[in-house]
Amino acid sequence: MASVTSATPPGAAGELTAGLRGFREVQRLAYACAEAVAAQLKPGVTERAAARMQREWLRERGVRDWFHLPFAWFGDRTAFVNFRVPLQFFPTHRELEPGMAFILDMAPIHNGYTADIGYSGCLGLNPVHDRLLADLEAHRELILREVRERRPLREIYADVDRLMVRQGYANRHRAYPFGVIAHKVDRVRQRRWSPTLFGFGTRSLRGLASDALHGHRDGWSPLWSPYRFSDHPPQPGLWAVEPHLGFRGTGAKFEEILVVTDSKDPQESAFWLDDDLPHVRRRQEEKAA
Amino acid sequence: MSGAGAGTSAEAEAEAGAGAAAGLAGARERWVRTGGIELCVAELGDPAQPTVLLVHGYPDSKEVWSEVARGLADRFHVVLYDVRGCGRSTAPQPLRGGFTLEKLTDDFLAVADAVSPDHPVHLVGHDWGSVQGWEFATVRRTEGRIATFTSMSGPSLDHFGHWIKKRTVRPTPRRAAQLLNQSAKSWYVYMLHTPVLPELAWKGPLGKRWPKILQRVEKVPGGDYPTASLPTDAAHGAWLYRDNVLPRLRRPRADAYAHCPVQLITPTGDAFLSPRLYDDLEQWAPHLVRRTLPAKHWVPRTRPDQLVSWIGEFITAKEEGDPARQVVANGAYADRFGGQLVLVTGAAGGIGRATAFAFAEAGARVIAVDRDAEGAARTAEMSRLIGAPQAWAEVVDVSDETAMEKLADKVHAEYGTVDVLVNNAGIGLSGSFLQTGTEDWKKVLDVNLWGVIHGCRIFGRRMADRGQGGHIVNTASAAAFQPSKLLPAYSTSKAAVLMLSECLRAELAGQGIGVSAICPGLVNTGITSTARFTGVSADEEKRRQARAARLYGLRNYPPEKVADAILRAVVRNQAVVPVTPEARGAHLLSRFAPRVLRALARFEPRL
Repeated sequence: MASVTSATPPGAAGELTAGLRGFREVQRLAYACAEAVAAQLKPGVTERAAARMQREWLRERGVRDWFHLPFAWFGDRTAFVNFRVPLQFFPTHRELEPGMAFILDMAPIHNGYTADIGYSGCLGLNPVHDRLLADLEAHRELILREVRERRPLREIYADVDRLMVRQGYANRHRAYPFGVIAHKVDRVRQRRWSPTLFGFGTRSLRGLASDALHGHRDGWSPLWSPYRFSDHPPQPGLWAVEPHLGFRGTGAKFEEILVVTDSKDPQESAFWLDDDLPHVRRRQEEKAA
Repeated sequence: MSGAGAGTSAEAEAEAGAGAAAGLAGARERWVRTGGIELCVAELGDPAQPTVLLVHGYPDSKEVWSEVARGLADRFHVVLYDVRGCGRSTAPQPLRGGFTLEKLTDDFLAVADAVSPDHPVHLVGHDWGSVQGWEFATVRRTEGRIATFTSMSGPSLDHFGHWIKKRTVRPTPRRAAQLLNQSAKSWYVYMLHTPVLPELAWKGPLGKRWPKILQRVEKVPGGDYPTASLPTDAAHGAWLYRDNVLPRLRRPRADAYAHCPVQLITPTGDAFLSPRLYDDLEQWAPHLVRRTLPAKHWVPRTRPDQLVSWIGEFITAKEEGDPARQVVANGAYADRFGGQLVLVTGAAGGIGRATAFAFAEAGARVIAVDRDAEGAARTAEMSRLIGAPQAWAEVVDVSDETAMEKLADKVHAEYGTVDVLVNNAGIGLSGSFLQTGTEDWKKVLDVNLWGVIHGCRIFGRRMADRGQGGHIVNTASAAAFQPSKLLPAYSTSKAAVLMLSECLRAELAGQGIGVSAICPGLVNTGITSTARFTGVSADEEKRRQARAARLYGLRNYPPEKVADAILRAVVRNQAVVPVTPEARGAHLLSRFAPRVLRALARFEPRL
């Protein structure tokens, strides 16, 4: 199992291609932002304030374009309780309270490279949240293993779903647009003006749309969903994967980039872009303890 | 007062006292003199432990507490006393003016100082004991002498006075109705204000018949209670009303704020007090802990186990300095199910698991039973995380009678008697009647019907033997009243469960045990992917399972909503509960237009 889940890309990390290095840097930047903002959260901070803090932190570090603007969810909104319409994803005036779980989700574009990350935390003690985070590890392993086996995405999705049910959770990424568990990310050409539409960067949306168009002809889709259009083996490229667990008013997720290549070697055919991320480190520390 | 009245006159005559105190075997008895009165005080348990002081109501004597006292005695120093004029305590002379709350407070302080001079006591009051308790818990001179107060069936007369005022000064229709309702329930208060007649009645026919009335109307089990002193107790106790009710209701104190944590236990079937009386109680008692109990007025006799559990828990929390319990149950109905023992079968997934979680959130202790050991363990573990003080997993096949007997013995010995039993385990089977073999029939009936029979018989008997109420929930199905050519065996088993539940409900009603049948309908659970499809190849079966799972997934009715319906059914003691809209529709049709359902039964959806 250890060899399967080790996310070491082919060779040492230094051998990443320049492109992958760019993606990794922006992903690290985004996680650094999440950790910095999470450290400043205290009782009374609203979701809107938290989202603004993320936006400003990244702006100061040169981010000008977004795949999507930062989100923040607090309390039972982390589990998408009573979410009916997509507008409810946007940050609200909900205030953070002690013991509350929160999720920060952002997708900055930096130097033309895109990241899309999800960071789960809680303010103080929350045993349910701890358990959710610990249980997410099994999903990270399962997804990588099955992608390396080149199983159809739709089947992997079903397996993730089954694992969640076995663990006693509800699948919350089901509430995302198209119920996606992952979507492709790509390079974006930088322009001076980068407008957003409903919180999504127009340039990235265009990229996604053109992928969808090309994919449709070749029988694949840039969205990894439970539907028939995902009934194909993993398509080479970068996938932002975001399994999201919900349990009675508490939710937790991670989101990070999975690199899929057309290599025949199973190790090289898929790997997590970076293993030095908060949720991975946390587990390693727990194991060490 | 505390110093003057505390002269304890009598020696602790353990043996003599034990013999004399009817119903309180092993109690040490002594007399406490206060204001010209001798109070008979009984003690149980280790005096080094925290002291629990139990105060009885009208027309009782301290023996009303005997079961509760015994239950608490192994953990606490339990003290009971006969209120002045009752039991073996002496009565004031003259009676008029001898029963004011001020004098009763003197008595309380004298007893508290005698039995626990250095530490505050944990006060528990029932009926007039609770009315007094409110006085003790809200007047200045007892401050620091009371650690906690558990109140049942007795409001503060001051709060009651404000309650009435609020409703007479600004009567909205609802408030007027509440007022009328309580006025009707208070008929006996008016009666007790008439002179002489109550005394005559109690010393005459009423006193003689009272034990029978209690047994018949209140379902109070017989035995050592009420004691022979009842007629005089009741006659003297009439002065409790005459000395206090009118003056206090006319001029309620404005500063009747509790100076200790209060736990309020409200019996929902109380014939004398409306639960609405306590609506505004938080304003008088901050950090109030509310509990509700489906029982009548005399809970110390009819529900001693539940009281012991709640009183013990409340006192322990206070004694241990309110340890920030990591998880506090705050789910729906936490007041009702807190600390109760709930057993759920088929708890490794679907409706069973969701039900276990819902009970856990309400603070119940949960036993998750399933064939799937891993799944049951997971349910128990997660239950503890969200509020269950304790949760266990048990691996049992419900169709195996011996295994169920063993489980019941184990549960009874280790965790106690089950308060709520949820017979939920079930399997699916689809296929036409002629294609369903004997084996398939046996399997379905074994789990779906016999599993429920075993559960009801084995656990239900223990529940009935205890005689303190309880509830049984059987998961039937909308298929129980909706015929279909697709599900003959499954529907038959579920129809049997429905009828069984309704018969059992009739049988157990007299013992305070409710029975509910839940008919969920199409709910998104794992039952579809494990259901058998008869008369088709293995591949085809797999395909149909996937297809059924997909259809149920598209319908996407969550098992959590069924769990909510189950808790609601227990609280309201509902008989038959169809849950999803289609189940409710089918239930309605089955009563008013069964021919429509029969026509629908012929329809075969493409699977």
